Amino acid sequence: MNFPIMPPQASEFAPKYDAIFWATSGLTVIFTAMVAILIVILAGKYKRGSKADRSNPSSHNTTLEMLLMGVPTVLGMIIFVWSAVLFIEARTMPKNAQEIFVIGKRWMWHAQHMNGVRENNEITVPLGKPVKLTMISQDVVHAMYLPDFRAQYHVVPGRYTQLHFTATKPGTYKMFCNIHCGTQHSEMVGYVHVLPQAEFDAWMANGGNRYLKTNLTMAEAGKQIWDDKGCGNCHQTLDNERAPSVVGIYGSTRKLTDGTTVEANEDYLRESILRPWNKLTTGYERTMQAYEGVLSEEQVLNLIAYMKSLGQGGTSPDKGIYQQPVKTGRDFPVGRKDPVDIANERASGGASQAHDLRNNP
Amino acid sequence: MSSTVIEQAVEREEPAAPQKNYLNADHTIKSWLLTGDHKRIAVLYLISVTFFFFLGGIAAAFIRAELTSPMGTLLNSETYNKMFSAHGIIMIFFFLIAAIPAVLGNFLIPLMIGARDLAFPRLNLASWYVFMLGGLLFIIALILGGVDAGWTFYTPLSSLYSQTQITLALVGLFLAGFSSIMTGVNFIATIHKMRAPGMTWFRMPLYVWSHYATSIIAILGTPVVAITLLLVALERGLRIGIFSPELGGDPVLFQHMFWFYSHPAVYIMLLPGMGVISEIMSCFSRRPVFGYKFVAFSSMAIAGLGFLVWGHHMYVSSQSVFQGIIFSLISFLVAVPSAIKVFNWSLTMWKGSVVFSTPMIYALGFLGLFTIGGLTGLYLSAIGTDIHLTGTYFIVAHFHYVMVGGTVMAFLGGLHFWWPKMFGRMYSEFWGRISAIVVFVGFNFTFFPQFILGYLGMPRRYHYYYIAPEWQVYNVLSTAGSTVLGIGFLMPVFYLLKSLKSGPIAGPNPWGATGLEWEAAASPPVTLNFDGIPKVVGPVYNYDAIEDSESFRREQMEKVTK
Ligand code: HEC
Ligand SMILES: [Cu+2]
Ligand SMILES: [Cu+2]
Repeated sequence: MNFPIMPPQASEFAPKYDAIFWATSGLTVIFTAMVAILIVILAGKYKRGSKADRSNPSSHNTTLEMLLMGVPTVLGMIIFVWSAVLFIEARTMPKNAQEIFVIGKRWMWHAQHMNGVRENNEITVPLGKPVKLTMISQDVVHAMYLPDFRAQYHVVPGRYTQLHFTATKPGTYKMFCNIHCGTQHSEMVGYVHVLPQAEFDAWMANGGNRYLKTNLTMAEAGKQIWDDKGCGNCHQTLDNERAPSVVGIYGSTRKLTDGTTVEANEDYLRESILRPWNKLTTGYERTMQAYEGVLSEEQVLNLIAYMKSLGQGGTSPDKGIYQQPVKTGRDFPVGRKDPVDIANERASGGASQAHDLRNNP
Repeated sequence: MSSTVIEQAVEREEPAAPQKNYLNADHTIKSWLLTGDHKRIAVLYLISVTFFFFLGGIAAAFIRAELTSPMGTLLNSETYNKMFSAHGIIMIFFFLIAAIPAVLGNFLIPLMIGARDLAFPRLNLASWYVFMLGGLLFIIALILGGVDAGWTFYTPLSSLYSQTQITLALVGLFLAGFSSIMTGVNFIATIHKMRAPGMTWFRMPLYVWSHYATSIIAILGTPVVAITLLLVALERGLRIGIFSPELGGDPVLFQHMFWFYSHPAVYIMLLPGMGVISEIMSCFSRRPVFGYKFVAFSSMAIAGLGFLVWGHHMYVSSQSVFQGIIFSLISFLVAVPSAIKVFNWSLTMWKGSVVFSTPMIYALGFLGLFTIGGLTGLYLSAIGTDIHLTGTYFIVAHFHYVMVGGTVMAFLGGLHFWWPKMFGRMYSEFWGRISAIVVFVGFNFTFFPQFILGYLGMPRRYHYYYIAPEWQVYNVLSTAGSTVLGIGFLMPVFYLLKSLKSGPIAGPNPWGATGLEWEAAASPPVTLNFDGIPKVVGPVYNYDAIEDSESFRREQMEKVTK
């Protein structure tokens, strides 16, 4: 029989986490032992009828009380500061992280890579590279829990949350939902596959070989939705009387009718699509339809990826990861364009998505 | 016990015939169901919470049985979820919150401060009826299919997605909450207004202090959770958007409101237990509680600070980093008053005359388990270490150490301590000690492996763990331990019930304890508690360890020389 006492350490964060975990454990053992010894000694020595000296007892001692308060407080503060520093590290998303989008729904995990590769209940990540999960729930609260990476964060409906890690060991690691979400909560589990960069690239190039439903990158899928839903009827390259332009919107500062400003991050864009009237851009009225209930969380993520690909922070479009050529070795249904061609066209032809937008009245 | 702190206003005559007391004053069912006597209401509560304890225990047995195998054996997932929800809800709302205050508190507070009853006897009776009505509604909800959202009722699972009897259960809990508010109001009024002459604040037993602090938390916190539960019910029934993003609400708002009560609720469950431990440690060490004022004020500090730490349940739930760090800091501060108490209780034995009676063994068990429970709380209040442990079996183990190792141990210790006072008879000391030891051992066997499981990453509320079969060994250990624990909990039922019929008559003060309930009242007390209103002239916990130990040795010597 096997008695494991520690989960594998598979991320950069894990050894740092374990250091403080075991330090706290050390303190716990010392204090428990202290209390236990104190009790055993006192109870033994002063057992009724024992010959111990009981003269001049006292039942309070302020100095002692202060000491008994002071020492634990100081030790506690050390643990507090140490752990707060660690927490800040865990919650500061690295700038250069590779982004993966995760949707939690009862009772499965759905992941989408930037280039459109999708996975269900599995997330494949490169070794040694910071990875950022941007997560949202389609129904109830879930939690993404990766014990071997010592990483955990809630996946909430109605807002995006994030979590990052850098895997340090190739292999397959467990992934759990860790907030009770209904009947099959305990089956909302899966795996994170950590592949060395080269293998990862090959895997990607193979179209991920799993659950590749559409053959489009996220931004391309977003563009399709954009066209289907006729967003371009109002939103064009430049601000016009119908609607503000969304070129370069991601990361820019938006002025609202109530005089406040907000940063156009994922949450803002999501809200602007699902409930545009909550935050009206100055100069515009309530003309955009609320797409709540019309678009799924996945479609919204795709739309956001598309808008992001139109440039960020108010700057002109640039070529992000989205335009990277994608190679797939798979066969595709007759009559559909091979995604390799689509992707290569987009990327090499310099025909950025913003350009497409322009051609799209 | 030579030193007495009381001057009886009227000398009590020892009658030869069976004395009239609160138990035999009247025998009709009606006289019990319409009683205003705090002691009778305490007995009603005792029967009720014991029933709920074993009901919740049955659910726990199913959970433990199910977890012996990674794929489960008995239940489907839906039923499993209903089991752990029922276990949590019953144990927290219908056992832990009521157990010590409503049973022992009800019985003892008037006796300890020298009052004839609580300030509002009818309100007291009403609180029991409201409690029972809440319990009844919850049991109906169980019979109609149960609830599956856990005792935490996180939205929008509880408000929009769960198809189970949530609304009915919420109404039940709402009522149970009101019962605890009523009890709190009653205690506060009684403690402020009805202390006997000479019973100053600092002559009050620490037990009374702890109930005072508890009552303050109960009346400030419970309304918040009551409203929260009502809002969930409204969202469920009328689809008014409060917590569900689909309806324009915010799911995290629910968590804030829920934990705003439910963290302080931990202290509602724990502080009364701490009060019990103060009394037992002092009586069986024959010493005043060490650092009386520190212990008294630490109860008040816990009550105050306890309201400022709810966010430590939400470090990874999309609360801001800064907010989380502040909550973490305050959580560390609230640990200090608890640490103080543990040291003070231990130091109470210093130069004492320690007797290992059943209540004392329970109390010493409490000290050990509560220390571990408290210290493992540090992992969870430290915001960094919480990331990996929150939501896992580590947390399950932690709060069982605090709630079972703390509150249940204290409840059992207190019940054994005051049993002779409540019913006038002694139980078998031999079986009492055995049960205390069996509970202690069984408890550690059950819950220690869960710390390891949590660190390994086993999420709580998981029915299946086929993805990690290596966890089975700890789960089997835990289940084996829980069997022992269950036996430990069943034992008192037998010997305590037996003592009611055939136990030796206890007499007013079998432990030679100080305090009005022992020195001025009969066992069982008369309906009006005292023959006259007692007057307190000396300090609290007026024990003499030297004299106690000496006289004990003399007795032993005499026995030997005979
Ligand atoms: C009927 C015209 C119309 C259509 C169709 C329309 N929008 Fe809009 N949209 C507007 C207007 C007007 C505003 C500015 C007022 C506001 O903030 O709601 C706006 C604002 C936005 C914003 C926020 C921009 C800012 O200034 O911060 C985003 C993002 C957006 N729309 C996305 C979309 C997407 C995606 C679609 C398609 C699914 C879409 N819109 C369809 C009219 C439209
Ligand atoms: Cu889940
Ligand atoms: Cu808490």
